[in-house]
Amino acid sequence: MATNNGKKKGVLVDLTRCIGCRGCQVACKSWNERKTGKTALEGNFTNPKQLNSDTFTRIGFIEQDKADQQPVWSFIKSQCMHCEDPACLSACPVGAFSKTEQGAVVYNFGRCIGCRYCMVACPFNIPKYEWESTSPWIRKCTFCADRLADGKVPACIKVCPTTVMFFGPLDEVKKEAEKRLKENPGKYVNHIYGKEEAGGTSWMYLSAVPFSEIGFDTRIPGKKLPDITWGMLSEIPVKVGALVVGLGLIAAFRNRGADADKSSESKQEKEK
Amino acid sequence: MAANSTATSLPAPAAGFKALIALVAVGAAAALYRFAVGLGASTNLSDNVPWGLWVAVDVLSGVALAAGGFSITAAVYIFNMKKYKPIARPAILTAWIGYTVVVMGLVIDIGKPLAFWHPLVMWNYRSVMFEVVVCITLYSSVLALEFAPAFLERFKLTGLLKILKLFTFPLVIAGIVLSFLHQSSLGGFFLIMPHKVPGLWWTTNLPYMFYISAIALGLAMVSFESIVSARAFKREQELDVIKGLGRGVLITLCIYLAFKFGDLAYRGALPLLFTSGKASLFFNLELLIGVIVPIALYAMKSVRESVNGLLTAASFVIVGIILNRFNVNFFAQAGPDTHYFPSLMEILVTIGLVALMILLYRLAVTYLPVFHEPGKQH
Repeated sequence: MATNNGKKKGVLVDLTRCIGCRGCQVACKSWNERKTGKTALEGNFTNPKQLNSDTFTRIGFIEQDKADQQPVWSFIKSQCMHCEDPACLSACPVGAFSKTEQGAVVYNFGRCIGCRYCMVACPFNIPKYEWESTSPWIRKCTFCADRLADGKVPACIKVCPTTVMFFGPLDEVKKEAEKRLKENPGKYVNHIYGKEEAGGTSWMYLSAVPFSEIGFDTRIPGKKLPDITWGMLSEIPVKVGALVVGLGLIAAFRNRGADADKSSESKQEKEK
Repeated sequence: MAANSTATSLPAPAAGFKALIALVAVGAAAALYRFAVGLGASTNLSDNVPWGLWVAVDVLSGVALAAGGFSITAAVYIFNMKKYKPIARPAILTAWIGYTVVVMGLVIDIGKPLAFWHPLVMWNYRSVMFEVVVCITLYSSVLALEFAPAFLERFKLTGLLKILKLFTFPLVIAGIVLSFLHQSSLGGFFLIMPHKVPGLWWTTNLPYMFYISAIALGLAMVSFESIVSARAFKREQELDVIKGLGRGVLITLCIYLAFKFGDLAYRGALPLLFTSGKASLFFNLELLIGVIVPIALYAMKSVRESVNGLLTAASFVIVGIILNRFNVNFFAQAGPDTHYFPSLMEILVTIGLVALMILLYRLAVTYLPVFHEPGKQH
C-alpha cells in the first residue's frame, strides 16, 4: 500500500462493503481503553444508541423495507470526521483542539475548561462529555493519532474483515473515491460525503443508499464553518475604530458648550 | 447608617429580605451539590443538550439584562441627555452586579470550575467564546471603575474621586465598545452552526439581533427596577425618567421588529413562521411577548402615562427577550426528538443567582450613595 508517503491521511468508508460485525467498535474500545458497560437494544440493532464518552466509533444498523417487502440493511460507521478546518478547533476558547501533521483532530486535556462549545459547534455532533465525572473531559475519536504518528493504521481499520475503509494520503483517498464512483455506475449514489461537507473532511463516505435516508446530515454547508465566525471576529479592529471615532464625534457635537459650563463651575468652586 | 451629604442613603426594607437570603442560601447549596456530584447527576444536560438553562438564562440573558449599563451611560455622556443622569449610577450598579453574577453562573456551568482562568492565558483568537470572555473580563473592570465613585463618595476619598472623574469619558467609551462586541458575539456563538439553528433565527445578522434586543431588554430592566425600587424604598417615582425609558424601549423594539421581519423577508424565510412546527410556535411566542405586545402597550397613552402600565410593558419585554435567548440556545441543539427541561438543581441555582442579584442591589443602594434625591445635583 502506498499509504505512508503523503503526510496528511484520509479514509474512504465504502458503506456497501460493511457487514455490521462491529469489529471496529471493539477494536476502538480496546485500543483507546474505553469502559464497556451493560447495554440493551432499544428498538433496533444499533448499540449503543449514539456515540458517547466511551464509544468513539459505532455501527448504526438501519433497516429499510423496499417495495418488494425485502428488508435492506445499511451499516453506518460513525466517528469523528476530522475536518480540514474543524469547527471545534476554532470554537474552543482555550485552543484545546489541534490538528496533527497527519490531519487528526486531537484534544489537549490540560487546557479544557468544560464550556462544551465544541459539542454545540461541531457540525457532526461528535465531541461527547463525561457527564458522570466530577472532573469531566471531552472525549472523541482521535483518528488513533498515536498510531498514525507511528506509521500505523487506526485500530478500526486494522481489524475490519471486509476492508470497508480505504486508508491513505488524503489526495489518494479522494482519487480512489472518484475512481470507484466512475468505474461502478449505478452502484453508489453520486455523492462523496465529506468531500465538500463543512469544507472537506479527512473521512469520506460512499453509499448505495441516499445519505439523507441513513442518518447523515445532508444540510451541512459545503464551506469551512470557522470562516463564518472569523468573518465577524476579523472585523473587530475596524468596528472598534469606527465606534470610538463615531462616539467621540457625537459626544463632541452633543456636549458642545459644556466646557464653558464646566469652567464657570470650577470658577465658582475656586471662589468658594 | 451614616447620613451622606451628597446623596440619600435609604432605609432597608425588611419585607422580603429574609426570603432573598433564604433563596440565595438554597441556590448556594444547590451549587455545592453540583460541584460535589458533577453535572450529569445534578442537571438534565446531556450529549444532546450540552447547553441548558444556565447558559440560556444565567449567561446569555444575564449579560443582555445588564445592557442598561452601557445604554444609559451612552445616553448621558455621549448623547448628553442629562435627564437620565440620576439613573446612570443605578444602571451601572445593575450591570456590574449582573456581570459578577454571570461570571458566577459560568463557573458553576463549566465542567472544570477550577480552570476558569485558562482563557486569560491560553488564547484562541479565532474563538467567539474567547472574545466574549475577554470582553466580559474587561467590561467588568470598566464597570467596577465606573461604579467606584459611589464607594469613594461614601468614604469621602475626594482626592481619588477627582482623579477617577478624569477618566469618566474614556471609561464610558470603552464600556460602549466592549458591550457592542460581546453583546453581539453572544449571538455570534451560533453563527458557526448554520444548519443546526432553525432558519427563523439563523442569519448572518444574528449578532446584531442580539445587540439590538439587548438594548431593549437592558432599558426595560432599568425602568423595571427604577419603578420597583422606588416602591420598595417608598421613594417618589421619577415619572419623567421612566416615561423616557419607555420611549427608548419602544423605539428600540420597533427597530428590532423591522430588522427581524426585513431580514426574514430578505432571506425568503417568512413562510418558516408557520411551517417549522415547534420552532415556529416558540418564535411567534417570543415575538408576541417580547416585542408585539409591548409595542402595543407603549403605543397606548394610558399605558405610557401610568407607572403600572410602564411596569407591565417592561415585564413583557424582559420575559420575551429571555425566551428568545432560550429559544436560540435550545433549537440550535435540538434534533427532532430532543427533550430538555431543567432539573430542580438547575432551577434552584438560577433562582439563587437572581436572588443574589437583587440582594446585592439592595445592599448597595442601602449603604452606598446610588440614588440621588430628585432635583439635587451631586
